[in-house]
Amino acid sequence: MAATLRETIKDTVAQHLNSGFLAFGQCLTAVGWVGGTLPEMYEDQGMIELSMADVAGGAFVVGAGLMKKRPIYIIRYQGFNWYNCISILNYACKSKEMWKIPCPILIRSIAMEGSIGPVAGSSHHSLYYRMPGVKIYSPMTPLEYKKCYEDFMNSDDVFYVSEHRGSYNNSEELQDIEYKNPDFVLFPISITRFAAMEASKKLAEQGISVSVYHQKILKPFSPANNSLYYLERCGRGLVLDDDYPDGIASNLAHELMLRTKSSVYTLGLKNKSAGFAKHLDNLPPSSDDIIKYIKEKLYAFSD
Amino acid sequence: MLKQILDKAKFCRAFEVSTYNQVTKGNIKIPVYLSAGQETISATISTYYDSLNIKPMIFGQHRAHSIYLSFGGDPVELIDEILGLETGCANGMGGSASIHCPEINMFGHDGLMGSNVPIGVGACFASKKPTIVFVGDAAAEEDYALAAYGWAATKNLPILFIIEDNNLSILTEKKVRRSWEIHDVSRSMGIQSFNITDNPTDILLALDGYVFDSPRLLNINTNRMFWHSGAGKDGDTIDLLEGEDITQQLNEFEKLWQLRLEKL
Repeated sequence: MAATLRETIKDTVAQHLNSGFLAFGQCLTAVGWVGGTLPEMYEDQGMIELSMADVAGGAFVVGAGLMKKRPIYIIRYQGFNWYNCISILNYACKSKEMWKIPCPILIRSIAMEGSIGPVAGSSHHSLYYRMPGVKIYSPMTPLEYKKCYEDFMNSDDVFYVSEHRGSYNNSEELQDIEYKNPDFVLFPISITRFAAMEASKKLAEQGISVSVYHQKILKPFSPANNSLYYLERCGRGLVLDDDYPDGIASNLAHELMLRTKSSVYTLGLKNKSAGFAKHLDNLPPSSDDIIKYIKEKLYAFSD
Repeated sequence: MLKQILDKAKFCRAFEVSTYNQVTKGNIKIPVYLSAGQETISATISTYYDSLNIKPMIFGQHRAHSIYLSFGGDPVELIDEILGLETGCANGMGGSASIHCPEINMFGHDGLMGSNVPIGVGACFASKKPTIVFVGDAAAEEDYALAAYGWAATKNLPILFIIEDNNLSILTEKKVRRSWEIHDVSRSMGIQSFNITDNPTDILLALDGYVFDSPRLLNINTNRMFWHSGAGKDGDTIDLLEGEDITQQLNEFEKLWQLRLEKL
């Protein structure tokens, strides 16, 4: 049976610590070991429990990065980056350019949503996107995660790895869906990749051809040539995100529009805060949301 | 040792006065943060650890010219840094506020006040190397700095925190900002903590026998000669170097400034 993404991450962290590097985070060794993504290892093996001081914790990790310990920094909810990111973005990401001292850190930033309120929910990768010196990956499959880690170990940059708990059980590799004459082209990010594939399949049954090009590396953004070719041919694209669209999604859409002179839209979280009750959630676009959006746009184009 | 400390402090003072002269002449176009008045602190600490052949990692922030010079940084590279030249100690990127120098284990600063405290603690934790963090009395009260003293205590790290307490944040006095003292807070966390003057004898006494076997914090009351970015002077400071002749060294630095200004 193929390994799940959860098992892959766990093995990757174990391998990292066994190589003499460090991992930091809060409450790592608590029940559940961060959704089963950590090996049962402790401080003497490199698994470092931080205090609850979030801002300082991020800076401790930066110090470890300067000491070439290639720390993995585990952030249990992406929204906590509002505290944790300060020294990473302002020191680690700039250190190589400012002082010629690289400070490589891999941030395992974990998203989830549903009844967890206005901060803890969803992805917050757009927070990092605007700053220089950071690479942003969003792996949703075992092989993608391995590639991400390999790239990190061959690099001296800061890596923001936008994970999503909804993908941890996944053991399948996600293939692009490509039509030669698509009606719409999707560029989904993070957990929306699963909904995008489902939407494409459902729309195919209705005679609507929707291509899906999975976005695994968000920064630097380097869309595949064939995705650009078919987007230009089709003229209509949609970037899907698990973050608010006024961030990475809009930037990618802008870049795609410049390159292909197509109309590229965005669909992500709604422009509102999430509450804790289920009916107050702010969830990423579902396959039904995507289908509805595509149909509305196609209707508008044909009108 | 006191003679060595005094010579080093005078060397730093001459550099700072020469730099201030360049500010007043309009030759420096960036904010400069002068350490004049506070030189005995880094002069004493560097001389003490030189004598023990300990080369600590250094995490400073702005107002760090004297730290850099005391620990052996090249004054030409500092002038070049302030002038934004590639030959500067931080490749011209850091200016006065972000001095970096691998040769003396000094790490640059990002400009967020007090961030060098937790970053220094993290580096110390990961390497277990002797580490000194220099920070002013205002940056020392940042929330993340307080958390960092706590973690250093929890992990019993080989780290020395030096609080250069000149009582001022820009021109706002400590009593306006807080009703507590850093050394009381750090002591409550289990860190050996001292509240002393910047007289070298006081500093040496507080360091006596300390070889980075645990965290220690010195809150050193000192006096700043120049305002926050060298724009003006404090009028009522006590100057430990008053009456000391720095003319010869000052003339040498003035010449050096002229030579480096010609590179622009």
